[in-house]
Parts: sequence; C-alpha cells; structure tokens
Amino acid sequence: MIFERRLLLRDRGAGVLEKFWRIPWLFVLLLCGVAAVGYVALYSAGGGAPEPYAQRHAIRFGFGLVVMLSIAMVDIRLIQRFAWLGYVFGVGLLVLVELHGRVGGGAQRWINIGPLQLQPSELMKILLVVALASWFHRASWERMGNPLFLLPPLIAIAIPAALIFKQPNLGNALITVMIGGAVFFAAGVRLWKFALVIAAIGVLAPIAYDHLHDYQKARITTFLDPESDPLGAGYNIIQSKIALGSGGLWGKGFLQGTQGHLNFLPEKQTDFIFTMIAEEFGLVGALSVLGLLAAVIAFGFLVAVVSRHQFGRLLAVGLATNYFLYVFVNVAMVTGTIPVGGVPLPLISHGGSAMLTTMVGFGVLMSAYVHRGADLDAGPGDG
Amino acid sequence: MSRRQREEERARGIFTRRALVLGAAQMGLLGVLAHRLHRLQVEEGERYATLAEENRLSARLLAPPRGRVLDREGRIVAANQLNWRALLVAEQTADVGATLETFSRIVPLTEQERARVERDVRRRRRFVPVVVREFLTWEEMARIEMNAPDLPGVSVDVGTTRIYPEAEHLAHVVGYVAPPSERDMDGDPLLELPGIRVGRAGVERHHDRILRGRAGTVQLEVNAVGRVIRELDRREGVQGDDVQISIDTELQKAVRAKIQDGTSVVLMDARNGEVLALGTQPSFDPNIFNSGVSAAQWRQWTANRATPLINKPTNGLYAPGSTFKMVVALAALEARATTFGERVHCPGHMDLGRTRFHCWNRYGHGGMDMRTALKVSCDVYFYEMAKRIGIDRIAAMARRFGLGVPLDIELPGTKAGLMPTREWRLGQGRPWALGDTVVHGIGQGFYQLTPLSLATMTARLATGRAVQPHLTRAIGGRPVRGIRAEDWPSLGIPATHLRMMREAMWAVVNEQGGTARTSRLPSELGVQMAGKTGTTQVRRVSREQRERGFRVDQLPREWRPHALFVGFAPHDDPVFACAVVVEHGTSGSGAAAPLARDVLAEAFKRLRPVPGGLGPRVAEATPR
Repeated sequence: MIFERRLLLRDRGAGVLEKFWRIPWLFVLLLCGVAAVGYVALYSAGGGAPEPYAQRHAIRFGFGLVVMLSIAMVDIRLIQRFAWLGYVFGVGLLVLVELHGRVGGGAQRWINIGPLQLQPSELMKILLVVALASWFHRASWERMGNPLFLLPPLIAIAIPAALIFKQPNLGNALITVMIGGAVFFAAGVRLWKFALVIAAIGVLAPIAYDHLHDYQKARITTFLDPESDPLGAGYNIIQSKIALGSGGLWGKGFLQGTQGHLNFLPEKQTDFIFTMIAEEFGLVGALSVLGLLAAVIAFGFLVAVVSRHQFGRLLAVGLATNYFLYVFVNVAMVTGTIPVGGVPLPLISHGGSAMLTTMVGFGVLMSAYVHRGADLDAGPGDG
Repeated sequence: MSRRQREEERARGIFTRRALVLGAAQMGLLGVLAHRLHRLQVEEGERYATLAEENRLSARLLAPPRGRVLDREGRIVAANQLNWRALLVAEQTADVGATLETFSRIVPLTEQERARVERDVRRRRRFVPVVVREFLTWEEMARIEMNAPDLPGVSVDVGTTRIYPEAEHLAHVVGYVAPPSERDMDGDPLLELPGIRVGRAGVERHHDRILRGRAGTVQLEVNAVGRVIRELDRREGVQGDDVQISIDTELQKAVRAKIQDGTSVVLMDARNGEVLALGTQPSFDPNIFNSGVSAAQWRQWTANRATPLINKPTNGLYAPGSTFKMVVALAALEARATTFGERVHCPGHMDLGRTRFHCWNRYGHGGMDMRTALKVSCDVYFYEMAKRIGIDRIAAMARRFGLGVPLDIELPGTKAGLMPTREWRLGQGRPWALGDTVVHGIGQGFYQLTPLSLATMTARLATGRAVQPHLTRAIGGRPVRGIRAEDWPSLGIPATHLRMMREAMWAVVNEQGGTARTSRLPSELGVQMAGKTGTTQVRRVSREQRERGFRVDQLPREWRPHALFVGFAPHDDPVFACAVVVEHGTSGSGAAAPLARDVLAEAFKRLRPVPGGLGPRVAEATPR
C-alpha cells in the first residue's frame, strides 16, 4: 500500500512534463501506423495522388493528434466530474441537429464548426461511455442488483439512441445501444437481465421492422439476397465483394486495383476504404490491417485491466468497444457479412468527424492510462 | 482490509472476468471477419477475379472499310463515304425509352425510327451500339453534342456509307447494299455493328464476304458507367478487298445511251467471257437503298411496267428465234443428218400432216444449202433439220453453248432459262409432238433464254471454247483465273463446223442478200462483224391475218415481235461477242442488228484490243 500511496502522491503533484512521459507512446505510434495505412489507401483512392484525400487525411490526423495528446493529460478526475455535463452537452447537440435538420428540410447529421464538421452522434457515443462509467464508478455488487439503480443509465442510453435513430441513422443508434450494453456488462449487471433484454428484442424486432424507413428495410432485404437487385441497393455489396475477392492472397498491387480505380466501388474513400486496401494488398494486407486495428482495441482492454479505479476500467472497455464496433461493422459490411450501413473506418477512412471524435475518445482512454493510479475519491488537486 | 477495500476487490474481480470475456468475444468476432476475408479472397478469389475482369473489360468490334468495286480501267464504281451518325449503347442508359424521348426533342425521330431503334436494342447485346439516326447534318450534330449530358449512352461517330458514283448506269451489275436482316445474320459478329451493310444484289452480294472484310476487336477498359478509360488491346480487322470488274463504265454508259426501255445489250470479250457492258433500261439509283427505300419509291418502282428493278439481260426470258439456227445446224452436222452442201428445197412452207409451217418468205427460197439457209435465215431448211434430228439432240447442243443452263456470272438471281426436251414436256403431262420439233427448229416455241446466254452462245461460236460469262477481273489486286483464253476448255466441236457457222454469219452481215446487210460495221474501223438476226413472235399469226396481208408495224406495240441479234467481231479473229434483244422491236434486222453494230463500233473505238486482253489487265490497287 505504500507503493500505492506514493503513486497517488506523485500523481497528485505530477507536473505536465511527467504526465507527458507517461503517455503510452507505443500506442500513439500504433495509431500513427493506422493513420499511415489510411494515407496510403487514400493516396490510391485519389487516383495515385495526395489530393484530394490523403493530404487532408494527414493534416486532420496531425490536428487530431494534438487534441488527443492534450486530452490525455487532462486529469481523469476532471473528466469524471464533468461527465454528466458532457452528456447533457452531447444530447443538446443531437437535439440541435434534429431541429436544424427539420429547418433545413432533410436528414441533417452534421454541425459545422469552422472548417470542421462534427457529427454529434459520433461524439455522443464517447460522452455516453464517460457518463455511464461515472455512474457505475462506485456501484457496489448489491447496488448493481437493484433495478432502480439501473434505470437512470438505461434512460441515459435510450435518449441519444432514440435521437440518433430519428435522424435517421439506424446503424449508429444500434451501435450506441451496444456500447451502452458493453459498459453495463463490464460493470457487473446480472447476466439474466441481459438474457431478458435479448429475448425482448427478439420479440419486438419484427414489430420494429414495420416502422423502419423503406431504405432501411431495403438494406436488410438486400443483405439477405444482394444479387436480387444488382444495379440497385445490392450493387455496393456485390462490387465490394468482387473487389475483395479479385484481390486474392497478395493483391493486385498498389494503385493497381481495378475495381476501385474504375469507380465500380462506391464511396471507396470512405465506407469502402478497407475494400480498396484488400483489393490492392490482398488477404495478407487485409489481415495485417485487421491485426493493427485489433492491437488498438487490445490496448483499450489493457488500460481497463491495469486501471486501479472502476471509472477508468469502464471507460476503457466502453471506448475500446466503440472502436471495435466501428471496425467490426465496417469490415463486416464491406465483406457482405452484415447489412450495409454508412459506418466509416476511423483513422483510415476519409472524413474528419469520425477521426476527430475517435481521437477524442482515444485521448480520454490515454488519460485513463496516464491517471490509472489516481484516487478518484479525492477531488482533483485536493488531498 | 476494510469493507470498502473488499468491495473494491470483488468488483474488480467481476470486472476483470467480464472485461476478458468481452475482449475475447471482440477478438473472436474479428477472427470471424478474418475467416470471411480468407473465404472471399482465397477460396472464392478466382471467381471474383473473373467478375472483376468482366467488370472492367468491354470488347468492341471495329468495322473494317468495305472493299471498293472498280471497273476494268480502275474507275471507282462503289466506294465508301463518311457518314455522321448518332449511336446509342443500351447498357449506358437506365431507360432507353426516356433517352429516345429526349433525343427526339433535339432531333425529331419518326415513330418508325423509334420502333426500329427499340427493336435493334432488344435484338443486340447491350453493349453493342445501335444506330439512332444516320446522315446527320452539322447542325444536328452540334445539337446532340450540346445536349450530351441529357443523352446518356448516345454518342456521335463517323461511319461509312456506300456510294455509287455511276448511279443507275451500273445498278444491275454492282448491285447495292442494305442493313442486314435477320436472315443475313450468319454468325459473323461484324453484322452486329451499327450501320453495317451487306450486299443485296449484283457484285456487292456475290462478293459480299470478300468486300466485307473481317471485324477487328478492341478490348477497352471501362469504368462503372461504361466510359472508356483506355485501350488494352487492339486487333485490327482485315479490310475488305477491292473487287475489279470487267465492265468498262464509259462503254456501259454509251451503250445505255443508245437503248430504250425493254432493250437488253450484252457485250462480252469472246475470248475469255468477260462481260464488258450489260445494258438494260430502265434502271434505278442504288444509292437510294443506303438510307432506306421509302414506301413511295418502292411503289413507284414496282408499279412501273418497264420493271426498273429487273435486270433484263440476266433475268429477261425470250425465245431465241433465228439466232438459234446455228445450234440446230451444228446439231444436224454432228448427228451426220446433213452436210454443208446438201440442198433442201424451200417452197415457202412445209407441210406436216394437215399443219402447214410457213417460211418467213412466203414465196420460198428455193434450193438451200447450209450457208445460204443461215444467210437468208430460211425457216423451211431448219424445219427439215429439226425434223431429222429431234428436239433432244438440239437441246443437248444448245446446252453446250450455255443455253438453258446456269451460268457462272456473279449476278445472284440470274435465270438459267429453259431448254425444252421431250422429258421436260412429259413432265408437264404432254407428249412431245413432231410439230413441236419443227417449230423449235427455228428457235420458236417453249424456249426461255436470257440475252446473257445468247451472248455466251455467240462467244462460244466465235472461239470454240466453253467460256463462261463473268464480271470479276481481280480481287484485292490479284487477277482471277479465266482472263486468258487458254483458261477455257474447248467445246469439242469440229473446227470445220465452227468455221462454217462463222462464215455463214459473216455472210449474214456482209453479203448481198444477208438479213443484216444494212448493219455492216463502218469501213473506217477496218474490221467486219459476223452475226445472225432473229425475230420472235409474241402472238400467233392466224391464217386469216396472213391472207389479208398482215403488217406487223400496224400492231399495237406490245403485240409486235421481239427483235434479236447475236454477233461477233472481228469476224476472222473474234474479240467481241454481243447479244441484243429489243422487246417489241418488230424485226431483228431492222431494230436489233443496227444496235449491235453501233455497240460493237463503240467497243472498237473505246477498247483497242491488245494481245492477251483488253486494256490494262488488272487495275493497280490504288491507295484509299
């Protein structure tokens, strides 16, 4: 315990420089590697030129890196203190885009902040994880068994999920619920409760299906039989599978992907960037990238295990799951494993919003790592 | 350890377990994706690789230029002309109907045109361009290009179309081209190309495969909307060979200028069978077929009683009349039924049972030997010869001269004609009567012969060789077989017999009393022609008419006899052979012989015979 005390003492008085050295640089390097993969792929997607995608990707990543490292050094106790404020802020943004979208006359999911576009639904997931982690931080096993204790966090999940679903963005809404579920699971919610919820979903899903938008229904039906509409909704899946399959074991070579370069591949710079990589670098390249991404996720779980406080652990699990879901849904989508939904592959795909929010998330994750030994029962700065 | 610490330890234990489960589950799911990638990229990779190739590759056909048709002097009689046209590629537009609708707002299309385009789109593969409109003007082209964004799949390109500079003068020889119909689809992918034409008549049809050439292919890399990114592979087609024909255009035009509706003139090189001129009137302009014949034009052609679409030298059928008498004489000589010197008495008629067969000279010719009988065209002499040898020997001899048998000319649809025999008559359910034989002895009766076959007969009489009439001199600059006289086999008729025929035919034209005495060649040419006149009744002359002093020139035109003449020149070293049929020309000596004389005189003036042929042997293949 002496060691622990000393750590806390050191932590309390830790200077900016000391914190800076505690940043997990290996992980930062890993992220740079992932971003570099993105640069290469976007260079190819741009027709073998840094413009219009790769250059901007690098600049955004550089900006994101500064944001991420800054957040990494923010005291974890500060983050916990403002967790619910952040949550309210996120919901506010969602309401804002909802109202703005209604005025604009369409599905508006973006907020322009100067040159950057922010998708509140992306940011919301991180804010939700922080809020839930804060809620369960000091929950005892007994309290976890109390359904009333679980009600507020359930509502906290339901509000943003409903708002995102209304946008309408079915995919992101489901992901939000799943992230919340992951935090619930890690926090120790009884397993039978999960079983109950899954059973309820099984019953309610067909009813919900009737209330889906036509394009959302189309996504599900074309998923089940993509070849039924080869020029319409199934086109993306078929072309993506052709691109992947024709890549073979070793790929067609950098800049040699015919499917991507001839525009058979839709949205190759965003949602289908992984296809582009797999076409040009084959199974070997695809699995290497997948391994890199798995390492990023694994780091999240590493932080969860080494953290000495429940807030940090739940935070890490939630944020790791967030990135995992991006990766899984995106790759599963391009391989035709699950229905098509506009989910990017952050740090690799072109697009600022997902990258920025993901890096904000990693910033929080790194803060949890930097402050893994912090005593959260004491306020920041006081003893 | 405090209670709080125990709590914390417990919570941490639960958390660690669950975090590991969650992490393991996530890694497991990523493993599922890895497996899925393996299946797609390695196990099914080959299948998808093929699909990707199909995606990006688009094969297109390249139309080679159609070979030209040249006359014997190398003058162009069929060539290609640039033709700007609008094409539609069905696979590049979502809705063909909508695109056509937009197109017709820019360049009006008739209902028929739209229906044709839609039919073509259905019939052809979706990447094969279909012609929407041909012969675009500059203004129409500009309008289409300007509206290109609204016309997906529509492009303007330049193709070629056939042009016949000599128009109607060679229409029946060169023929014409038209878009291929379902029947023409012979598996040649070239025929699927937009704007392609196939030969429909004449040399264009006979040599269609040669003129057409072979399609080239170009492998294009295309993107998702079908735009061509680059060419991957190009295999040039083989352009169609030029075909040189034996007709002399200038001579042909001069011949046609001399004739009227219903007249046929065939002028051949007697030594090798090359057709030098093939005159018929009226004719048509083959260029009209290129852009499609209108219903009104078609009605006009078919309603014309002078039948402009029918080539009378090859498709008109006539009885040969007295021009046939040499065949009867040769058959009688071969059968040893007579000799050159035997005299047959002509009292002006011959009686057979109760039927009297008249000679054209009602007062009779008196004693006739073969030479004189031919010269004055005595009918009774040939009644007698026919009676002696029978129709089958006559028919057999006639066939050796190319009469009533298919000829090898490159004009599809040429009629073989009919050479009557006993067997043929029995096939009609009637026995052959002796009276029939007698009538057939003077070239009247059931005969149906083309002017071309009469010219062939004349050429064979003149040379003793079984020359076939033909039009092709060279293909792709290489001469075809048959230019030299030695290429043709001998007829196997004794030279003395043939000499007698030529001698008698010379007398017809050049001796006092010959039936074509007035049609000698002008003396300044320094050559003489030999020939034989013929007049064939189209209506039977009744005894009553005959006794009343019947005069043919009082008959309505369509009841007057046809006038025929066959001849060759020079008489002692034949170069030209010709046959003339003047429908309702009344008399061979009056209408046909003078025309033949004019045609031969023209031929001598224009084509100075040189040893081994006429004019340049083969036109140089001039660069296009």
